[in-house]
Amino acid sequence: MSASTTLAAHGEPLVNYRLIKAHIFAGAVALSISMIAGFLYSLQFVGYFPLGHDNWMLTPGHMRLLHTNMAAYGWLVNGFTAMLYYVVPRLTGHKVLSDKLGGLIFAAWQLILALSIFGYLTDKAQAIEWGETPTGFRPGTFEMNYVPVDLLVVVGAVLVIVQFMVPIFKARDQKFYVTLWYFTAGLVWLALTYLMGNIMPEWMLPGAAGAATTGLFIHDLVGLYVTPMGWGLMYFFVPLILRRPIWSHSLSVIGFWALAFFYPLGGVHHFLISPIPDYVEFGAITTTIAIEVVVTTVVVNFFMTLRGRWSALRTSMAIRWFYVGAVFYFITCLQCAFQVTWLFQRVIHFTDWVVGHAHLIMFGVFTFWLFGVIEWLWPRVCKREWYSQTLRGWHFWLWSVGVMIMFFDLMIAGLVHGFMQRDLNDWSDILRMSEPFWWVRAFSGVMILVGLFCALYNMYMTAKAGAAYQEDKHYIPANAD
Amino acid sequence: MERFYTLVFVAGVGCFAIAFLLSMIFPWMSLYSYHGMDYHTLEQLAEKPSAEFVQLSEKFPASFKEHYGTVSPESYAKALQRGRDVYVGQACWHCHSQYVRVVSNEHVRWGAPSSAQEYQNALNQPHLWGTRRVGPDLAREGGKKTNDWHIAHFINPKSVVPHSVMPPYPFYFDAQGIPNADGIALVTYLQWLGTVQAGIPVAERVTP
Repeated sequence: MSASTTLAAHGEPLVNYRLIKAHIFAGAVALSISMIAGFLYSLQFVGYFPLGHDNWMLTPGHMRLLHTNMAAYGWLVNGFTAMLYYVVPRLTGHKVLSDKLGGLIFAAWQLILALSIFGYLTDKAQAIEWGETPTGFRPGTFEMNYVPVDLLVVVGAVLVIVQFMVPIFKARDQKFYVTLWYFTAGLVWLALTYLMGNIMPEWMLPGAAGAATTGLFIHDLVGLYVTPMGWGLMYFFVPLILRRPIWSHSLSVIGFWALAFFYPLGGVHHFLISPIPDYVEFGAITTTIAIEVVVTTVVVNFFMTLRGRWSALRTSMAIRWFYVGAVFYFITCLQCAFQVTWLFQRVIHFTDWVVGHAHLIMFGVFTFWLFGVIEWLWPRVCKREWYSQTLRGWHFWLWSVGVMIMFFDLMIAGLVHGFMQRDLNDWSDILRMSEPFWWVRAFSGVMILVGLFCALYNMYMTAKAGAAYQEDKHYIPANAD
Repeated sequence: MERFYTLVFVAGVGCFAIAFLLSMIFPWMSLYSYHGMDYHTLEQLAEKPSAEFVQLSEKFPASFKEHYGTVSPESYAKALQRGRDVYVGQACWHCHSQYVRVVSNEHVRWGAPSSAQEYQNALNQPHLWGTRRVGPDLAREGGKKTNDWHIAHFINPKSVVPHSVMPPYPFYFDAQGIPNADGIALVTYLQWLGTVQAGIPVAERVTP
């Protein structure tokens, strides 16, 4: 798998490392904004919001919008795009469509992010969860009141699809590896999902039917863009680093088609016991539980690929991020199979339980997998070895422990809130009981922030002063263990 | 199976379309065909300005006249839409849900469970159901509390709810507590919530 990174015929580089570097840099900036905004937001809950309350732009509500949207559209999209620039040319043997187009996509996407940030701060957010990117029109009308960022995102997504679909299309007569199935379908899903979620509830569907659509949008964004990218990168990088094939190709076929069929059907589970018709809710609950079976096959495949090579968890930081992320992934999905039932929903919906779930999947799983990718790519991009092993360790442990503390803390807080709400306690008492949990959450946020700064400093120093790069050091020797 | 066109058209477009049909088109069709729901435009919602809107015009005549003129269906519609805009812009709906479920004693706390019909209007497009309740649900908020309570609460939530974690919103009011255009709009919108459904909102009942 350690193929040469140049085209034999032309001798020109297959992978454009400058674009990868640019996207990783932009992703790191967006992740920092997201983490800082999230931390400031968490301080509001314990009564110490540091920005004060006299400014209508820097309010806690706006911090929340920055936190979620910068994590999704700033960090994950930039990170996955960097990853695609490395993986797609290597799997297809063709360069991406154009380096110039790559520059345009990069610039356009950062412009979208800047316009979004300004839009959130000036009350222009759209009322669609995870899709708050400003629509640019007055709600439900075609009168413009801001830059139509939604439309720019669609244009940007189409450019991304063209950029990566062209090499995949050129290789269509080859036998596709599982990673490419996920990327091909995932890129198609991304465009469809974004169009559906941002256009239909805004102009066509009020109320309950709109809620079914926005539920489907939240779900599809995670399930049909983030998940295929995440699974695809795991199926690529793990065998690459371990220098062994995945355990079972049959299981990966099952995983792919079951994801494609079952995952989008669960969309309505974001609004259970609601005015949406019950038969739709039951369908969503059933398929969500089915997804847990799918996820199990995929996670089993990941772990069986590592069988007998457990020392890689010690020797390769990338493998460590990938597999701790995979453990978190299994926890999150198992939790999902339970929390989607009405039995759990009546207590945990509307509480911090769901917030903890979202944090584990966003910052515990997909962020971990992207950190694994960055662990692998950054030395290649900079042509230097990592500057400090200690900082790499601190980054990993602060994040792992911090995310776990936050997850369990919010889970318990959610149960406390849910049962107190059911038992008709005074709302102020619910807040008072939640306060210790919010302190712990803010504390775990500090751990995560410090871990992030360790990583950023290490990346900066690697680019500036790392030792000379050695390709072979990064693979796990075949005779390990 | 795993060829380019299969991946694009069967997995990509096909599976997406099945989910779209089952979890969006089907509920949409059944909501319309079985419940015969009528869509209410903003003008229809604002035909009869609320008592709270009239009270705002009487209590703050100067500010009201400057921003909204006189009480009329047009000025009421303007205030409702602007109130919703502020509510969305400041992400209020990420801490206050807007639907009452049939479980967890929510009907005791907030009033009748939500039905699909009450969301068939311009002020619920897109809906503001929310997924988190840091503060109470607001689906039945209209008429529960006075305008004065809301104004005091916006200027400093802790003054009326000592353990509140809601941020203050002093910039919608001047130094004397007189609401500006956004302040009037926000209070008008909150006092409208839940009034689409017939019946008087149930006051929040809690254990002592």
